[in-house]
Amino acid sequence: MQLIFEKSRPGRKGFALPEIDVPIAPGLAEKYCRKQAAALPEVSELDVVRHFSNLSRLNFSVDTNFYPLGSCTMKYNPKFTEKACALEGFSDLHPLLPQLLGGGMLAQGSLEVLYNTERLLSEITGMYAFTTQPLAGAHGELTGVMLIAAYHKNNGERRKHIIIPDSSHGTNPASAAIAGYNVVVIPTDKDGFLDMNAYKKALNRETAAVMLTCPDTLGFFNPKIKEISDLAHEVGALMYYDGANLNAILGKCRPGDIGFDVIHLNLHKTFATPHGGGGPGAGPVGVCEKLADFLPISRVIRRSDGTFALDYHKHKSIGYIAPFYGNFGVILKAYAYILCLGRSGLIEASENAVLSANYCLSRLKDYYVPAYGKRCMHECVLSAASQLEQGVHALDISKYLIDKGFHPPTIYFPLIVKEAMMIEPTETESKETLDAFIECLIEAALLAKSNPEALHLAPLYMPVKRLDETKAAREPNLRWQ
Amino acid sequence: MNYIPHTELEKKQMLKTIGVESVDDLFKHIPAALRPKSFNIPEGKSEFEVMEHLKILSRKNATNLTDFVGGGFYDHYIPAAVDALAGRAEFYTAYTPYQPECSQGWLQAIYEYQTVICELTGLDVSNASLYDGGTALYEAAMMAVRLSGRKKIIVDSGVSLIYRTMLYAYTSNLSIEFVETPVAHGQACREDIYKHLDEKTAAVIVQNPNFFGAVDDFSDIAERVHKCGALAIASVYPVSLGMLKSPGEMGIDIATGEGQSLGIPLSFGGPYLGFIAVKKEHMRQLPGRIAGATADKDNKRGFVLTLQAREQHIRRERATSNICSNEALCALRALIYTCLLGKSGFYELARLNYQKAEFAKATLDKVTGVKVKRSAPTFNEFTVCLPKNADEVVCSLIDKGFACGFPLGRFYKGLDNYLLVAVTEKRTKEEIVQFANSLEAALCS
Repeated sequence: MQLIFEKSRPGRKGFALPEIDVPIAPGLAEKYCRKQAAALPEVSELDVVRHFSNLSRLNFSVDTNFYPLGSCTMKYNPKFTEKACALEGFSDLHPLLPQLLGGGMLAQGSLEVLYNTERLLSEITGMYAFTTQPLAGAHGELTGVMLIAAYHKNNGERRKHIIIPDSSHGTNPASAAIAGYNVVVIPTDKDGFLDMNAYKKALNRETAAVMLTCPDTLGFFNPKIKEISDLAHEVGALMYYDGANLNAILGKCRPGDIGFDVIHLNLHKTFATPHGGGGPGAGPVGVCEKLADFLPISRVIRRSDGTFALDYHKHKSIGYIAPFYGNFGVILKAYAYILCLGRSGLIEASENAVLSANYCLSRLKDYYVPAYGKRCMHECVLSAASQLEQGVHALDISKYLIDKGFHPPTIYFPLIVKEAMMIEPTETESKETLDAFIECLIEAALLAKSNPEALHLAPLYMPVKRLDETKAAREPNLRWQ
Repeated sequence: MNYIPHTELEKKQMLKTIGVESVDDLFKHIPAALRPKSFNIPEGKSEFEVMEHLKILSRKNATNLTDFVGGGFYDHYIPAAVDALAGRAEFYTAYTPYQPECSQGWLQAIYEYQTVICELTGLDVSNASLYDGGTALYEAAMMAVRLSGRKKIIVDSGVSLIYRTMLYAYTSNLSIEFVETPVAHGQACREDIYKHLDEKTAAVIVQNPNFFGAVDDFSDIAERVHKCGALAIASVYPVSLGMLKSPGEMGIDIATGEGQSLGIPLSFGGPYLGFIAVKKEHMRQLPGRIAGATADKDNKRGFVLTLQAREQHIRRERATSNICSNEALCALRALIYTCLLGKSGFYELARLNYQKAEFAKATLDKVTGVKVKRSAPTFNEFTVCLPKNADEVVCSLIDKGFACGFPLGRFYKGLDNYLLVAVTEKRTKEEIVQFANSLEAALCS
């Protein structure tokens, strides 16, 4: 498709501004003004509408395709939450209004949303307190690690490293490192769990924290999780919970009860807010009681008269990590979703997510090698290692799925599984969708034996065929000129 | 209400395939001791009931005030086409375009967005966006530390206090030294900046227009900074770039900013849009996603995520940043918004903002006891000195229907009588005059 810039025609306009209704004042001195106007496209409103409508159709999305992208929890996003977010009382609220009239009386509705959401997330996860400020999951991780650092500093300690399993999300070590910690990586044992010997060896009084996902990125619930947590606490380290996989355990177990001290959630995963093509997300952080004083400011509080206010007087706080109160629009959608599902709905979401993933695993395990061969939680990791013997990679299988209208699973993650394909079907997909997807994967496994070339050529029916990624990186073309 | 399609029969069939009796069997490896101590969440409600609850809450917010509050976040008009197009579920229910062949719409949109950001800032390379203006500034500062191998950063006090506070929070465990230089006559104080500028300096950070609304030309600062082997970073307000000298024209190395004003609702602080653009030579230290053009097997143009060797999913603890997402949907809104306005419309928008603000300055200056600060030129926001505490004045004007500005005493000691007033294209002559009249009345009482 042509770029919008290539559709530009000098003099064409797409929008009319109001006429100037004030007397014209002298302009700014020349030295403050730009010499060259930004070369924005000159197009009509219909040009813009058609361009972006047609661009949108070049995407797979949850609303149009099955999207079993492992670790991303691409569940259905209820439509009414979009409508709630667009209510003018929410969308038009300036974030500085609480500064105008003592204690946020101009923003009581939004403050109540934040307060209630923090309470609900605390109960769901078993944590003492939450902040909604972090703007995405990785941002929540960074916030969490900053809280850990503040806690140790307050105890007069400067601990040096954070322990992370080799199966972790890449953001875990990256977050630990940019907050100033060394990263100690623990291998996975032959059963697919954290290697306990290596863990015990690495753990000492220099350990600031242990960052884990539970269930882990292989889709397993580690039965030794309590022992891992207790060992960390014995040396004064804190337990960090990466909430990417919370969708597996709602109402079944809570990170706070296990002993996790800090936790981030991805509202765009478990709580069904749209992923938006890569964001905005939201990554609220929950803490145990001993870390609550360090949470970012401001804190939303409820006064004795039932009104809500912002508290900035927290001298132990790590400070501002977001300009205001988080991605409010995203938080609001998650709040609406939690209210709608309620206690039973949340539990059923996890039960059915786990049911669907195990169903996929059971039907596919004779065609692809299940990683570590166990029953899974909300996602299953399969390996295309046996297909590789025919020269077929997980990438080839993914491209074949695309031609058949399915978004591929997450591939090549976790890094420790050869030719990994991580399937997360979620609870909102019907059995017939799962069956069609499974059939297609079986077909690909059979093709790998009979006609591997068919997989190498895929996709054939997309707007583009396989793209040259090496060329993209070697000769960067990052803007139109 | 839940959104689960499985019927009881289907669940039984699935359980049978798995080879277990019940769903509980799928959770039985979670030890009894680890089961929830409580799960006290209210039972679910219908969509209608939840919407009613939210409508009631939304009415508890004061969004009917005539808005003169800015402070880096502005009440601009959003054309209906922005909502209609960004509201297409093919955009908002997709995820990061990891699989390019089925994500060409998103990838092309990001490439176009990057082009718009480069055009606005006058710089060479933009990424696919960051969380907000504050985190973008933090990422820019960290880029400068990596590129220069130095650890001292000079920050002009005209940079938003919110962003400065964020910078300090993020770097509190790193040994980075920040030096704040004062604002002189409304603008960045050259003398103080140059006094601190040395061979240990990684970067100088400035903002245009600054928090008090003053416009500046940082060309001289950029030149001096470069002589020292440091980088010049500017946080900018994108709507002002319709008119103001671009960071690129000033010789700035890294431009960042808050993109909220480009078609994104105020929404009580987010989601917003952080943008960052750099000179070409700094490209490989950029954080976050970047889309690039390439070709497919048939030599047809297509787009992919590229230069990924910088990123956390590959480099893990050695990545340039821990960011894993971007604000794609907000970036899309900014793209659609700027395309609708177009080359001349974007300039007209900036001019309209400037002219309305100039009229407001002239009008407020006539109010007895009010003094508009005129030490430096401004764009669409300016500072006024009131004869009494700005907090009190703001409170009394709320009753008249005006959110009349941001009382600077909230952020700055000794500025209790100062008010920061923003005027966008949405404010009419009549509203500005009424604001001045109400202010006059409030000051007399």
